[in-house]
Amino acid sequence: MTLLVGLPVVLPLVLGALSLAIWRFPVAQRVVALVGTAVLLLLGIALLWAVIEHGPMATALGEWRAPFGIVLVADLLSAIMVLMAGIMGFVVALYSLGTVSRGHESFGYFPLLHLLLAGVCGSFLTGDIFNLYVWFEVMLLSSFALLVLGGERAQMEGAIKYVTINLFSSAMLLTAVGLTYGLVGTLNMADIAVKFDGAEDGGRVTVIAMLFMVAFGIKAAAFPLFFWLPASYHTPPVAVSALFAALLTKVGVYAMFRMFTLVFDADTAYTHNILLWIAGFTMVTGVLGAAAQFEFRRILSFHIVSQIGYMLMGLALFTPLALAGGLYAIFHNIIVKTNLFLVSGVAYRLQGTYQLKQLGGLYRSHPGLGVLFLLSALSMAGIPPLSGFFAKFILVRAGLEIEAWVIVAVALAVGIGTLFSMIKIWAEVFWKARPEEATTGAPVMDVASPGLHWLYVPIVLLAGLTVLIGVAGQPIFEVSMQAAEQLLDNSAYIEAVLGSEEGS
Amino acid sequence: MTSYSLILRTAARFLLPLLLMFSIFLLLRGHDLPGGGFIAGLVASCAFVVYLFAFDVAPVRRMLRLDPRSMVGVGLLLAALSGVPAVFFGEAFFTGLWLELELPRIGEIKLSTPLVFDIGVYLVVLGSVMAIVMALAEGEE
Repeated sequence: MTLLVGLPVVLPLVLGALSLAIWRFPVAQRVVALVGTAVLLLLGIALLWAVIEHGPMATALGEWRAPFGIVLVADLLSAIMVLMAGIMGFVVALYSLGTVSRGHESFGYFPLLHLLLAGVCGSFLTGDIFNLYVWFEVMLLSSFALLVLGGERAQMEGAIKYVTINLFSSAMLLTAVGLTYGLVGTLNMADIAVKFDGAEDGGRVTVIAMLFMVAFGIKAAAFPLFFWLPASYHTPPVAVSALFAALLTKVGVYAMFRMFTLVFDADTAYTHNILLWIAGFTMVTGVLGAAAQFEFRRILSFHIVSQIGYMLMGLALFTPLALAGGLYAIFHNIIVKTNLFLVSGVAYRLQGTYQLKQLGGLYRSHPGLGVLFLLSALSMAGIPPLSGFFAKFILVRAGLEIEAWVIVAVALAVGIGTLFSMIKIWAEVFWKARPEEATTGAPVMDVASPGLHWLYVPIVLLAGLTVLIGVAGQPIFEVSMQAAEQLLDNSAYIEAVLGSEEGS
Repeated sequence: MTSYSLILRTAARFLLPLLLMFSIFLLLRGHDLPGGGFIAGLVASCAFVVYLFAFDVAPVRRMLRLDPRSMVGVGLLLAALSGVPAVFFGEAFFTGLWLELELPRIGEIKLSTPLVFDIGVYLVVLGSVMAIVMALAEGEE
């Protein structure tokens, strides 16, 4: 049973190594990527199923028991996030077939893709704080390489900001890990949680908590250090943008959810109040930034930032319902945001630009694409009955319950701002007639090429998912609720990790 | 790139096998004495780098047979897979497994999954150093 906890980490590592070994055979790499990510997806489903059945599960690597060895732990949150990573890995691998050029493939696109997934799944599953740092680095290193794949000027410019700020945050994370170890002498998260609970020196714990908050906040692109995200996400090939949008910031958010429920749950009046401010400002700045942009992927990038705010709002309010809303927002956002990036890639394939001014008339020529875009866009803006509505609804309701009027007002206003941005894209890209000069100037790709139909498959899949988790929201809400309760009452998690020690 | 130094060329011919043997020695010794896959891989890449300085890139590439990037992949694959067999014996990932063999004349030999892991590390280090050095050497031309 515990085998299942390790496999989502080991599988992408093996796949990455395998695709590196078959460097010279791009077709084989593509097959490995498709089959491998599909298996990862199935593993995610199996893991989630097992966790729902049996509760949190842990496995100690190499039989080095907790709290000394490194453990992998899967509770509901981890299992769902791994499933999400599986879905996104599969969808992006599928999409890559039609969008990633031969040149990019020969620079190791697929090995890097697998390595990134390994880092992401590792971060979701590890129960050891230093190991979490290591997985972050695995993920970041592969993302650095993916970001500059192709080596265009704009990519380099974005990458410099991205690398610098992320190295800074990694250094901060490492400092925080070191201080934690100095204070309690353990790196196992469950063990830290137990020892912090009994710590007399609450002040120092709060300092460490703030260090973690800044470090993870940078990685999650929360206010005020989010600028690296809109500066870099629109530069790489679109499949890479989509993958980054889906997973990278969410790993930061996941780490916050984990640390600020499991470990730093003592001084919530202080820490979670700061989180609430961060959440509010993140939402507002993100949506305002998007309003000023006229590049398809840049608008979407700013909206990633603004959506991060909703997730953090769930964590900051710190009631079961709010946490469930935050989790629901994560699941919904991963699917929807990725899909919007995928649509932008198709628009680029059709008209050869990401500039809103030069795009146009897509609804006339490709009504199907327009409908798919609208589904995701309206879902993100929170129009019922799509998934985004329920995410916002739960969050707002949770906010009203504890009378946090201001943040609720902000969340609602930002929802309207999001709708404005999405309507802007709709009007410019799909509704208005294509500008005359653009039709001659832009390099129009071969529309009839068979690859294009393949691009629709992942988009339809994801659009279907967003409708599904909107219409059939009840089971997903219940799972989120259970996950939230597991987060708030962390005894099951701690027992899964440390209890196995006594059981042997 | 090629320096036609007779001394370097002659020395490189002798150093290559010596350093390679030394690297294998370090690799095998590494389990409970100083050594191991990482340092052994570095020594092995030193051997090839010296040879490369003396004779240029092409002969080294021929000698390695495998593309250095593929070598990294094979090494990673070995290292990652070395954790898997433990699962079939009902243990957690990366639990060390040992196989003790009695061989005539040679004596007892211990084979283990950590050794496989170390060989993987050896290949990764050798492959990545060679990929970097060869790219630099070729870029200069």
